[in-house]
Amino acid sequence: MMTIRSSFIVPTSTLGGALLLSLITLGAADRQQPPPTPQQRQEGSGIITSGSGSNPKLAVPDFIAATPDAETKAIATTIGEVLWNDLKFEREFYMIPRDTYQSIPPAPSLEAIPFDRWRELGADGLVIGSVRKNGTAVTVEVRLFNVAARNAAFAKEYSGTAANPRLFAHTISDEIHKLQRNLIGVARTKLTFSSDRDGERIKGTVYDRKIKEIYIADYDGANPRRITVNRSLNINPVWSSDGKAIAYTSYRRANFPDIFVQRIYDGTPPESPAHGTDRIHNFLPAWSPDGTRIAFMSNRDGNPEIYVMNADGSNLRRITRQPGIDATPSWSPAGNQIAFTSDRSGSPQIYTVDAEGLQQPRRITSDESWADRATWSPAPYNEIAYAGRTGPGFDIKIFNVATGITQLLTHGEGSNESPAFSPTGRHLAFTSTRLGNQHIFIVGRDGEGLIQVTKEGNNFTPNWSR
Amino acid sequence: MPRHRLFVASLLALSLAAAACHGKKPPVARPTQPPPESEMPAARPPAPPEPIAEPRPVTVPPEPSVSSADMGSLDDINKKGILQPVFFELDRIEISSEGQAVLAKNAETMKQYPTWIVSIEGHCDERGTAEYNLALGERRALSVRQYLVTLGIASDRLRTVSYGKEFPFDPGHTESAWARNRRANFVVTAK
Repeated sequence: MMTIRSSFIVPTSTLGGALLLSLITLGAADRQQPPPTPQQRQEGSGIITSGSGSNPKLAVPDFIAATPDAETKAIATTIGEVLWNDLKFEREFYMIPRDTYQSIPPAPSLEAIPFDRWRELGADGLVIGSVRKNGTAVTVEVRLFNVAARNAAFAKEYSGTAANPRLFAHTISDEIHKLQRNLIGVARTKLTFSSDRDGERIKGTVYDRKIKEIYIADYDGANPRRITVNRSLNINPVWSSDGKAIAYTSYRRANFPDIFVQRIYDGTPPESPAHGTDRIHNFLPAWSPDGTRIAFMSNRDGNPEIYVMNADGSNLRRITRQPGIDATPSWSPAGNQIAFTSDRSGSPQIYTVDAEGLQQPRRITSDESWADRATWSPAPYNEIAYAGRTGPGFDIKIFNVATGITQLLTHGEGSNESPAFSPTGRHLAFTSTRLGNQHIFIVGRDGEGLIQVTKEGNNFTPNWSR
Repeated sequence: MPRHRLFVASLLALSLAAAACHGKKPPVARPTQPPPESEMPAARPPAPPEPIAEPRPVTVPPEPSVSSADMGSLDDINKKGILQPVFFELDRIEISSEGQAVLAKNAETMKQYPTWIVSIEGHCDERGTAEYNLALGERRALSVRQYLVTLGIASDRLRTVSYGKEFPFDPGHTESAWARNRRANFVVTAK
C-alpha cells in the first residue's frame, strides 16, 4: 500500500530568509520558546470558492518540466491530464476545459504564474506543479493557487518513481478533495475483475474452452495487471477491506469451483477457507465491510445456499434454508444483513436477511420479472443495486432501502450487469455490452459521467477497492 | 539589533536547529509569515518531499494439474459421445421425458462399465446473469445426478460441476443455440 507521511509546508522565501525571520522572533524574546503555531492563512486564500455558491472553477494545465528532457516533459504532461480527469470525476469542481488554455503561455516556473490570464479564463483555482527528474526518481512540487488572491492555498512536494506518473496525479487529487471539499476521493482506488483478454483456452478431454483470469487496474482503467496465472476459469473477484487480498471463485484445483483468497502483494499461494472438495463447491465470495467474514454460495447441503464463515474459514454458519436457488450474497453497510438472490417465489428476486440467518428473508423486489446480483452500498448510503431484466437484457437498478424507491442507473444501452459500488458510494462500476464486447464502465450514482474502464477482451464482475 | 545580540540569537537558533536534528525528526513546517501579496513565493519549501509508492502484485505459479491415467482412451470415449447430454427448458431444472430416456440409456452404459467415473457438467444459455447461472448449472447437474442414483448408479461414481454460462457449446444468439447450451453434459473422467 501507499506510504504517505503527511507533511504540510507553507511556501517561504529562501531558507536563509526563513532563518532570519525566526532569528528576529527569538531575538525579541531572548529565551528558548516552543515553535510558534502555524500562521493563520490570509483570508480567502485557504479554501477555494467561486464566490457565487456554485462549484469552484479549477484549471489544471500541463505541469512544468523543471529539467528540460523529453521524459520529464512527458511526465509533466501526464500528471496534468490525469489530475484534471481525477478532479472532474468527483464533480466537486467545475473543471475548465483544457483546450481553452491554449492562449495562456506556459509558466516557466511556479514563481511566474500569469494569474491575470487565468482570471480572465474564469479560474477560481489553478493547480500546477513542477516536475524534476533525478535518474529513475521524480520530485513533484505542486501548488493549488487561489487565482484572485494570487497565492497558494495548498503546497506540497512528492517524490517517487518515474515509472508511474499517474500516481502523483491521483495522490494530489485525493489531497485536494480532502482539504478543499472535505471529501474522501477515490483516485487511488483499484478495480478487480475477470477477463478473457489474454485469449487463453483450456483443452479438456473433448472441449477447447475459453477461460478467464483475474486482473486489477487503477479505478480509471490504467495499469491493468494480471493476478492469476493458473490457466483455468477464475471469476467473481472481490477485494478485502484492507485492499491487500482478493477472494475469487476458481476452478484451478482439479476443475471444481472453490473460493480462493490471494494476498496479491505477497506472492504466497492462495488459501481456500471454504475447504472445497470434488463434492463441496463454493462460489461467489463477498467480504463483510469490516473484513472479518466472507459470505458465499455453496452446494454442501445438496442445493445452492448462502453461508457465512470467518475469513479464515472458521465458524461456518448456514444462512438460507430453501430447496431452490439462493445465490449471490452481499453485505449491508453495517455488516448485520445480507442481500441475496432467491428463486423461492418462482423467479430470481432480491431478498434481505439478517447475517445470522435467524429471521425470515424479506423480499425487496416487487416489480421485476428477473433480478440478480444484489450489491449493497457502503455507508452513508443504504441502497441495493442489482441487475433487473428489461427486455432481452438487463439494466442496473438501485433500490433505496429506507424509502423503498427504485431508480434506473442504465436505460437499455446494451445489457448492463454486475454492479459494484465505489468505496464512498458516489459511483458504481458495472459491465455493459453497449459497445459489442463486454466492458466495464464507471458512472456517478445519478447515472452521469460515464467512463469506459476496460478496452480489450471481455471483462466481467468488477469490484471496487477502498 | 546590537551585533553581539544578533550573534547570541543566531547561536541559539543554530543550536535549536541542531537539537531538532537529533533522534526522530518528524517533517515540520517552518512557520513563517506568508509573503506579502506583491512578492511571489520563490524556490523550494524546506520540508522533505512526501514519498509516493505503490506495491506491485505478485502472481503465483499454477499448481501442478491433476492428471488422470490413460487420458488417450478417455478422450476417445468422450469424443464418441457414448454418454449423451440432457437438455433443459429456460430457467428450469426438470428432466423431460426425452431427458429421462437419455438418462436411462446412460445408466445402462455406466452399468456395463462399472469402473467408469463420470462428471456431470451443468450448463446454461447466455441470457441469465453470469452469477445466477452458476447456481442454475449447479441445480441441473445435481438434478441429473439424483435421477441417475434412483436408476441404481452409485453416487460416488458421479461428480457434478457447474459451469454456469461460461462454456457455451454453441456461440450463437438464437433460440436453437440457446437450447443446445441448456444442458447437463457428461464427461468420463476415469476408467
